Amino acid sequence: MFRQKTLNDVRQGMKQWLAEAGKLARGLPGKRRFSTVSDLEIDPLYTPENIRDLDFTGDIGYPGCYPFTRGCQTTGYRGKVWTFRMFSGLGSAEDTNRRWHQLLKEGETGLSTAFDFPTLMGYDSDSPKAAAEVGRCGVAIDTLADFEVLTDRIPLDKVTTSMTINPPASVLWAMYLVAAEKQGVSWDRVGGTIQNDMLKEFIAQKTFMCPPEPSIRLISDTIEFGTRHVPRWNTISISGYHIREAGSTAVQELAFTLADGIAYVQDVITRKKLDVDAFAPRLSFFFDSHMDFFEEIAKFRAARRMWAKIMRDRFQAKSPRAWWLRFHTQTAGCSLTHQQPYNNIVRTATEALAAVLGGTQSLHTNSFDEEFALPTEFAATIALRTQQVLAEETGVVNTIDPLAGSYFVEALTRQIEEEAWEYIQKIDEMGGMLAAIAGGFPQREIANAAYHFKRQVDNREKVQVGVNKYVAKEEAPIEFLKIDEKVEAAQVKRLRQVKRTRDNRRVTRSLRDLRAACRSDKNVMPGVIEAVRAYATEQEICDVYREVFGEYRDPGFY
Amino acid sequence: MSPEKKLRVLIAKPGLDGHDRGARIIARGYRDAGFEVIYTGVHQTPEQIVTAAIQEDVDLVGLSCLSGAHRHLFTEVVKQLRENGAANVTVIGGGIIPPEDIPRLKKAGIREIFLPGTPLEKILAWTRKNVKPAK
Repeated sequence: MFRQKTLNDVRQGMKQWLAEAGKLARGLPGKRRFSTVSDLEIDPLYTPENIRDLDFTGDIGYPGCYPFTRGCQTTGYRGKVWTFRMFSGLGSAEDTNRRWHQLLKEGETGLSTAFDFPTLMGYDSDSPKAAAEVGRCGVAIDTLADFEVLTDRIPLDKVTTSMTINPPASVLWAMYLVAAEKQGVSWDRVGGTIQNDMLKEFIAQKTFMCPPEPSIRLISDTIEFGTRHVPRWNTISISGYHIREAGSTAVQELAFTLADGIAYVQDVITRKKLDVDAFAPRLSFFFDSHMDFFEEIAKFRAARRMWAKIMRDRFQAKSPRAWWLRFHTQTAGCSLTHQQPYNNIVRTATEALAAVLGGTQSLHTNSFDEEFALPTEFAATIALRTQQVLAEETGVVNTIDPLAGSYFVEALTRQIEEEAWEYIQKIDEMGGMLAAIAGGFPQREIANAAYHFKRQVDNREKVQVGVNKYVAKEEAPIEFLKIDEKVEAAQVKRLRQVKRTRDNRRVTRSLRDLRAACRSDKNVMPGVIEAVRAYATEQEICDVYREVFGEYRDPGFY
Repeated sequence: MSPEKKLRVLIAKPGLDGHDRGARIIARGYRDAGFEVIYTGVHQTPEQIVTAAIQEDVDLVGLSCLSGAHRHLFTEVVKQLRENGAANVTVIGGGIIPPEDIPRLKKAGIREIFLPGTPLEKILAWTRKNVKPAK
């Protein structure tokens, strides 16, 4: 990128600067180490020397052009600002529908569903395992009847909806499709995302049901079904968020997510014999945006460049759309503190800015009170307003990828990329991500990183304001959301009502057909959709999966 | 702590939430400090936790819950330990727990609640001071 003379001058100048800086540093006590939140060591100064062998066109280039370092969309945020998509779900379907309408009224531009734990795990609200969990951590959904309430007066042909759902993803997606149908919206007009990424569940988030192999098969079924029948749907959101939240470094988050992506693409090609260009454009991604501003921006830029190389060179995809890494971002829940919670507003704003400078397509900003409970409407509105202030007041949307060419950001982007490739190579050598998970490799790497960070915080090598520095003697309590305990009883009542009034013979028949599909290599989606139409419950459908495929148990690595 | 009598600790994740970062760090902190540690993994019912505590003959049970179901789940573990003749086992907890729930949990028999951001050393020091062998 630079002429030899420039580089010679830089070397000379650096020598002088280092001598000067060395003199100044001599009087300082000890030798302080400067590192990112992931403990990547950072140099005091970056110059053309650090990026001398970068090639502008090959490594940086233009938005909308390979290798997409500067973004997938040609016009960046000038063409379309990222989607304000607030992860939201609480109590009953009625409660959540009300919150959704409120957020849309306040200028939210996409929906995102938080389900309660029984729904996430494939249990109905009347299961003994659901006791005290119904509606607590998100919305409780048992049958299509709940889903119809959830989407009441939400125009499913206009709004896109993301659903954070994994083992029962096929079931909740089927409910969405049938609910759309009932609104008169055909499947080719509905848009949205199901998370549907099980590998990161085994690695990090631990919401699992069946073992890895059948879990992958169910995912490939949904990808195939979406490719053929629901062309605007992202049938998977390959997620680094939970890997990071479980304590990984930025490099691990990136590497494990892309390695998961490789495993999914490979499985669809092998199992379904689909052309990679037919399905890859609907693969989407989801990352964390943590506190270390530049590290995050570099991670997002590296992610796009790496995935483009993976798709083009490893899988020989021809369509540029298949090379795209489009992603949603959530600010880091794990960076929020219980102590002095209002400081979380500042943390979230900084993380959101990093996500935007990294070129995210869609963003959730956490609410400051989430270290206590689900957010109040007040807190959720501030979080949404944070995005609106960034988009409409700060000028970040004016130019695309404004940090490109920064010696530091480009050098860090490359460093993160190189370290992530090393991980991917290691995983390839183990035989791919499934084998790596079976051996506990990513789980242990994350556990080590999480423990290392905790030690650094405990000995104040890393600062958390209000936690290990600037600690307040006394803190005023804040108002936080309480879920009415009546939600559980009301939900169980509605579930029983549905079970009494539906055509139970149709339910039994549909579940029998689904069981047969699971045992064969037929796609399960038509069977799931028929069961949902018959008002089979989520657990009835998931019990078929559990019966045919077995259940996975946490090996408990720590 | 004398090296011949190591305290035995069970770290457990009751309920359906899989947020195990805290539990795993605590398990490791205890192990590195010389305790005998058993970690249950996620998605344990109170019955499973009580069975493990009794079979493993532990002195301390550490419960972690981030789903909001802590009141029911923690209380249930203490109750079932008592019903099964293991009332001497100390039970502590942590997670996303609103401050107003803490007195209720303590009243139900959870000896201490450690909130997010608590240094490991503080939990270890509390344990050395307060936990005696259950048998």
